[in-house]
Amino acid sequence: MTVERIYVFKRFERFWHWSQAALIITMMLTGFEVHGAYEFFGFGKAVALHTLGAWLLISLWVFAIFWHLTTGEWRQYIPTLEKINAIIRFYLIDIFKGAPHPYRPTALKKHNPLQRLAYIVVLLFISPVLWISGWFYLFYGDWKAWGVDGYLSLEWVAFFHTAGAFMMLAFFIAHVYLTTTGHTPTAHIKTMITGWDEVH
Amino acid sequence: MFSTNRIVIPVLILYALTANAIAEPATPIEAGDQGTQPAVASVMPSTADHRKFKALQKQFKSGPEVTEACLSCHTESAKQVQHTKHWTWESVDPQTGQKRGKRNIINNFCTSVVSNEADCMACHAGYGWKDDSFDFTAEKNVDCLVCHDTTGTYRKLPGFAGHPVYKPLEFPPGSGRRVEAVDLQRVAQTIGMPSRTNCGSCHFFGAGGNGAKHGDLDSSLQHPGKYLDVHMDEKGLNFSCQTCHATSKHQVSGSRYNMAAAPKGGAHMRGTKDTSPASCQSCHGNKPHPAAMTKLNQHTDKIACQTCHIPAVARNEIGTELSWDWSDATKMGPDGKPLLRMDSAGRRAFDSRKGSFVWDSYVIPEYRWFNGIAKYKVIGDKIDPTQTVQINEFGGSANDPESRIWPVKVHRGKQPYDKINLTLTLQHTGGEDDTALWHNYDWQKAITTGMNAGGLPYSGEFGFVSTEHTWPITHMVAPKGDALSCAQCHSKNGRLKDVEGVYIPARDGSKVLDILGWTLALLALMGVFVHGGIRIIAAKRG
Repeated sequence: MTVERIYVFKRFERFWHWSQAALIITMMLTGFEVHGAYEFFGFGKAVALHTLGAWLLISLWVFAIFWHLTTGEWRQYIPTLEKINAIIRFYLIDIFKGAPHPYRPTALKKHNPLQRLAYIVVLLFISPVLWISGWFYLFYGDWKAWGVDGYLSLEWVAFFHTAGAFMMLAFFIAHVYLTTTGHTPTAHIKTMITGWDEVH
Repeated sequence: MFSTNRIVIPVLILYALTANAIAEPATPIEAGDQGTQPAVASVMPSTADHRKFKALQKQFKSGPEVTEACLSCHTESAKQVQHTKHWTWESVDPQTGQKRGKRNIINNFCTSVVSNEADCMACHAGYGWKDDSFDFTAEKNVDCLVCHDTTGTYRKLPGFAGHPVYKPLEFPPGSGRRVEAVDLQRVAQTIGMPSRTNCGSCHFFGAGGNGAKHGDLDSSLQHPGKYLDVHMDEKGLNFSCQTCHATSKHQVSGSRYNMAAAPKGGAHMRGTKDTSPASCQSCHGNKPHPAAMTKLNQHTDKIACQTCHIPAVARNEIGTELSWDWSDATKMGPDGKPLLRMDSAGRRAFDSRKGSFVWDSYVIPEYRWFNGIAKYKVIGDKIDPTQTVQINEFGGSANDPESRIWPVKVHRGKQPYDKINLTLTLQHTGGEDDTALWHNYDWQKAITTGMNAGGLPYSGEFGFVSTEHTWPITHMVAPKGDALSCAQCHSKNGRLKDVEGVYIPARDGSKVLDILGWTLALLALMGVFVHGGIRIIAAKRG
C-alpha cells in the first residue's frame, strides 16, 4: 500500500487553529460561568479571563484575516455543493462499512464541501453574532458616548451573545467528534499538528 | 489651654440621651477630631482664645444668656442657624412642595414630636420649644453650645425642652442617679468646631437608643477603626462629619430628605455652592476605580457606591433596631408592674412603655432603586390599614437615569391608627402628666391628648397597623478589601435578587434560550455517541 504524504496545513494555519481552539474553550468555560450556568473560576475572575480571551482572539483574528487575504487562502472557504451527496452518504452510511472518504484533500482544497459549509456558517454567522454582541457587551459603558444607548439593551445583547455561544458549543462538539473520522481516529488530529496528511 | 481641661476619656457616655439608660453623671468626653494637636503645644489651634473675651467672663444662668453673649460678636450666626433644618425641623419637597421634617412627619420610632416637645427637643438646636408657642424668631433661643461644646459636659436631657441641666438633679426621676449641673462659663469659654461627638450626641442616638435609627450612625463612630469606616478611621484619615457634610453659613450639606442619589461627573472642588458635596462622587468622581477595573466604573450608571462599599449595616456590637412594635406597649410584667427586658446583647427587647423591639448587628441591607427623593407620611395623611403603611416611599426606578440601586435599612413595626378616620395617630408619650403613655400606660388618654395637640380629629377607636420606614445607608464605608465581590450580586440568589428592571449577568437570562441552547448541545452530544457507537460496533464486526 502506498502512502502519499501531502503538506496541507502551513505553520501559521496550525498556530491559528490551536491557539484559537484554546481560546474558544476558555471563552466557553468562562462565558457560561458569566451567564450563571455554574461557578468555577468565580464571577469576577471569569469576567477578567473572558475579557482577556476576547482581546487575544481579536488580535489572532487580525493576523488570521491578514494572512488569509494575502495568501489567498480565504478561497478555501468558498462553499461548494460538489460531491456533497457522496459525502453526506459517507457520514451516514459508508463510514460504518469502513469505506474510504470520497473526498481527497489537497493543499489547494483542504476542506471537503461539508466542512466548507460548516466553516462558512461559523465564519459568516456564528462568529459575527458573537463578535458583534460581544463587542457591545464589552463596551457597555460606552453606549451613551456612542449614542447607541437608546437602541440597545444589555438583556438583548446578552441574549444574542448567549445564543451565539450555544451554537459555537454545538459546533465544537461536532467538530471535535468529526476529527476522529479519518482513516484512523487520530489521523486528522495528527495532520492538524504536523501539517502532513497521509493519503491512503 | 485646651489640653489642660480636656480630659480624654474614651467613654461613650452618650447613652445619656437614650430614654432608658440616662445614667451616670456627666463625664467629660473627648472633643473628638477637632483638636488636632498644634505643632507647638503652647499655640492654640484657634485664632481666638474665648477665655479672654469679656462677654464670656461671667456666671451664666441659662443657655439663652450664653447665646446672647455669643451673638455680641457673632452677630449673624443665630440668623444663619434659624434658616437651617437643625432649627426649623422642617424640609420642603422640591417637587411636590410637601412639608416634611421632624416637625411634620410621623416616623416609625417615637412617631411624632407633637405633644412630646419637651422630650424631643433635647435634640433641637434651641431652647424652650415645649409647645406651639415657641418663638422661632428669637435669636437667643438658638443653642450654640450643643454643637460647639468641646468639654463633653453639656448635656440636654429629655423633659427640659432643649435646656441643659442648670441644677443638679436626679435623672430619670426615681432612678437614684444624679446629673450634675453644667458649668456654662467653662463650656462657653472653650467652644470649638463641632466634633463627631457633638453631631453624634443627637445623630448617633436617634429614636432613643444608640444606633437605633440609622444603622450607619452610632457611637462607634467617635473612635472608629479602619474596618468600620475607612474615612473616619481615627488612626488614618480621621474625617470629621463636616469633611463630607461641608458646611457654609451653618447650612450643613447632604440631607437625607433631598439626597444626591445619582451624582454625576468627576470629582469637584469643595465649597462651591451649586454642588452637593456630601456624596462619594464629590471627592471620588463617578469613575473612581483604576483603568484596569473599568468594568467597575461602568457600574456607576446603575449602582450607588454604597451598594458595594457598605457590605453590611451596623458592623459592630451596637447594632441597629429593625423593628418596633407599639402594639405590645402597656403590657405589664407578671407582677403587674412595668417591665423592661434587654436582648442578649443588652439592647432593648421589651419595654412596657414602648412595646417590643428587634435588633441586630451586621445586617445585610435591602436594595432599592432610589432617585434621592422620598415621599413621607405627614401628620394627618390617610392610610390604608389593609396594607403595610409606608412611612416613606423612595422615588426612582430602573428606567429613571437619576436613580441608582441603593442599600437601605428597612425598619418595620406596628403603630396605632385611628380606625375611623384612617390616619396614624399622634400620642402623648413623654412627660410626667396623667395622659402621658410612658407615665400612665393608657393608650386612649395618650392618643386623645396627642391628637388634640396636633389639631387632628380622633374617633376614639384605635388599632395597630404594620408600618415600614426605609433608611438610605451611606455611612460606615468599609475599606476597599471589604467591598462586595462580584458574585455577591452576579448570582442567582445574590444581594440584588429582588431588584427589578436591570439585566444582571449570572442572575438573569432567557429561560427559553437556555432550554434551546442546552438541548442543542445535548443533541450534538447524543449524535456523537450514537454515530460513534455505531462506528465502534461496526468496526468490531469487521
